[in-house]
Amino acid sequence: MTRVLELDGITKRFGTTLANDDVSLHLEKGEVVALLGENGAGKTTLMSILFGHYTADEGSVRVNGETLPPGKSRAAIDAGVGMVHQHFALAANLTVLDNVMTGTEPLWRLRSDRAAARARLTRLSERFGLPVDPDAHVSDLSVGERQRVEILKALYNDARILILDEPTAVLTTQQSERLFATLREMTAQGLSIIFISHKLNEVMAASDRVVVLRGGRVVAERATRETTKEELAELMVGRAVERPKRPPAQPGAVRLEVTDLHLSGKGGAALNGVSLMLRGGETLGIIGVSGNGQTTLAGVVSGLYPPDRGTVKIDGAELRRHDVPHAIAAGIGRIPEDRHAEGVLGDMTTWENVALERLWAPEFSRRGIVRRSAARAAARHILATYDVRGAHLDGRVGLLSGGNMQKLILGRVLEADPSIIVAAQPSRGLDEGAIAGVHRRLIAARDRGAGVLLISEDLDEVIALSDRIRAIVNGRVSPAIPAERADARLLGLMMAGDWDAAREIEAAADKMPEAQDAL
Amino acid sequence: MSVVLDILSSVGMWEAILRIATPFILGTLGVLLCERVGVLNLGIEGIMTFGAMIGWLTVYMGAGLWAGLLVAALCGAMFGLLHALLTVPLGLNQHVTGLGITLFASSFSYYIFRLAVPTATSPPTVEPFRALEVPVLSDIPFLGPVLFNQTAPTCLALGLVLVIAWVLYRTPLGLAIRMTGENPHAVDAQGIDPIWLRIGTIMAGSALMGLAGAFLTLAAFNSFFPTMVQGRGWICIALVVFALWRPGRALLGAVLFAFFDAFQLRLQTVVDGVPYQLFLMLPYVLSILALVVMARRARVPQALMVPYRRGER
Ligand SMILES: Nc1ncnc2c1ncn2[C@@H]1O[C@H](COP(=O)(O)OP(=O)(O)O)[C@@H](O)[C@H]1O
Ligand SMILES: [Mg+2]
Repeated sequence: MTRVLELDGITKRFGTTLANDDVSLHLEKGEVVALLGENGAGKTTLMSILFGHYTADEGSVRVNGETLPPGKSRAAIDAGVGMVHQHFALAANLTVLDNVMTGTEPLWRLRSDRAAARARLTRLSERFGLPVDPDAHVSDLSVGERQRVEILKALYNDARILILDEPTAVLTTQQSERLFATLREMTAQGLSIIFISHKLNEVMAASDRVVVLRGGRVVAERATRETTKEELAELMVGRAVERPKRPPAQPGAVRLEVTDLHLSGKGGAALNGVSLMLRGGETLGIIGVSGNGQTTLAGVVSGLYPPDRGTVKIDGAELRRHDVPHAIAAGIGRIPEDRHAEGVLGDMTTWENVALERLWAPEFSRRGIVRRSAARAAARHILATYDVRGAHLDGRVGLLSGGNMQKLILGRVLEADPSIIVAAQPSRGLDEGAIAGVHRRLIAARDRGAGVLLISEDLDEVIALSDRIRAIVNGRVSPAIPAERADARLLGLMMAGDWDAAREIEAAADKMPEAQDAL
Repeated sequence: MSVVLDILSSVGMWEAILRIATPFILGTLGVLLCERVGVLNLGIEGIMTFGAMIGWLTVYMGAGLWAGLLVAALCGAMFGLLHALLTVPLGLNQHVTGLGITLFASSFSYYIFRLAVPTATSPPTVEPFRALEVPVLSDIPFLGPVLFNQTAPTCLALGLVLVIAWVLYRTPLGLAIRMTGENPHAVDAQGIDPIWLRIGTIMAGSALMGLAGAFLTLAAFNSFFPTMVQGRGWICIALVVFALWRPGRALLGAVLFAFFDAFQLRLQTVVDGVPYQLFLMLPYVLSILALVVMARRARVPQALMVPYRRGER
């Protein structure tokens, strides 16, 4: 094996924060190394130093034995290092070709050779199986396609070492699988890869070696074959993380009743006749391959779009008007799938975000005037109770990390004491510690008598939190099975649309006395 | 109605259009460059005033007309540098900085003007650019005078439209400029420093604003008076939106505005009983309407007015 990359004793401080503390790391040719660590562990900082975006306080970077000059992205690019950023560095208004070509030719040339660039891009995208339309505007591309463009950009610069910063944070499960297949193909062609992640499943599945970073230091290094998820989780968090246990449910009165919902064309996939029922004190998990209508279902239940046909009853009553304010007033608490787009307004302050969703409630406004002190008090209470770190009442919410933003949203929802909680992908992008916290809160809310509609792609999460589980396929929901009966095979069948086994289980469960008055 | 037809069919009006349009073409190109690289430049009104003054003064002191244009462009670039230093590395508010530069440059122009000509009551004139009568071509009926009987700065402005369009869309530099206005992080990640690119481009754009001002004194009015720019700079800001940030459309917008202006000037003289202010309003009202229509389709540069700081997320 030849060593293509060596980081040696890297230390980096931001003010008083020690982001990297004497970190050493190496990469062999053709290897996939996972850099594992919780949010804030210093992963992005380390890779930004390697890429010349930051300058290290101490330590050096060697590529193929040559030391890179610090703080020069160009030098890193020329040495064959390519970086796929966590927040893509793309221009939405420009075409794919424009994005890929920027900075690849001498600036003062009188004419850029677009034909040659196009040919080269096409060749690369064929060779690595990354199809893109060079003339498409980036704004018209899906997240997965944008990531492809980012990877192609690196390959176009002749990258031999590819660094991907949390590449799957924005991808669906299938997209992630396809990405890892592509990465394998690349190593077969002689590239070497570091990918950053805090997801144990994908680290186990896609890497050859794992380097665990915690609090800015390397705490362990393992060959992936010789370690387990449990060991890695403990190394990453620094203690054994326990996801909370779910006590048996005490189902109460019916809280949410959805009958024969139809909706086409809004918010993605259609609904083709969804009926389901949710009691207080229980959690109903909805699993499914993304794009089968789960986002639409969450949207309809939380009032975002009115259905074409069918009814939504909350605590026995239909909404007077089908919109978000009425849904929230009726007792819906929404934890949206895309925190940044639908959960908070990043440019507004913490207290404003806390008050906004229920601004018309007497608690937060009176005769059209916002009750600032009450809103600020509520926000202060949430920051303290839900352990939202790094937030200030008057600070911009957009600056919070994902985990803390989610805690704030949870606090806002739970403090309103909703009768139904619609939680869509509640732990997406969060690290282990934060996930455990979110789960604990959702279980506690259920035990206080709320009905929880949990929509998630993460099967472990659904099994851990739900009392009953349904799959959604093509805008229809499967029969519900009790979580105790769930195993990977059965859930797989349900998600594939084969519902015979589930139907039998549901019928058997319905015979039990406590479910008699179900509908 | 026949009045309107008379005006529309007069050679004089069409000949005037390109002349009226020239400062708008230059100014709009200047604003367009600045905004393409991600910085709003509200200094234009003042920079045009200063360009008008310094161009005129240079010629008045005995230098040639081209020297006047050159000095105006250089002074424009210097104001651009000031704006760039305040807004790019320091990241100050671009509205406030730009308005500050407009106030400063306008007053400073008047100050220098008064130092140069302390006593004159009527503004002294200079010998302006004459129309270049292109042989043969300018003799073509109608089209000849309209297109080929223009001054050298007008030709320069038309040429600059082509040059800037070429640079922006055909060269690596232009791509880097456009990318900086969309996402400076992406430019930085490719090893080009967006800070320098912004500073340089703003200077170039501001030089064009200086030229736009100098055209007024050296090819249109022959003398300087402090209020002569009369909001032309603000119109250029609006024209860039109308142009959807593209040089070819900037030319179109400038010509369209000049057409309305030339038209209303002539309408004023022939229509009686209507307050002339109504006619003065015409080009502005029509530009607002055009803006409303066009702005819906605009792809605004995504990083416009967003300061870039390295290593900040
Ligand atoms: N530009 C910056 N300025 C100040 N602090 C920073 C900056 N970038 C990162 N940090 C801090 O350094 C630590 C490591 O951050 P980061 O490398 O982004 O972590 P990770 O990528 O592992 O989530 C965090 O505490 C973070 O707040
Ligand atoms: Mg990171």
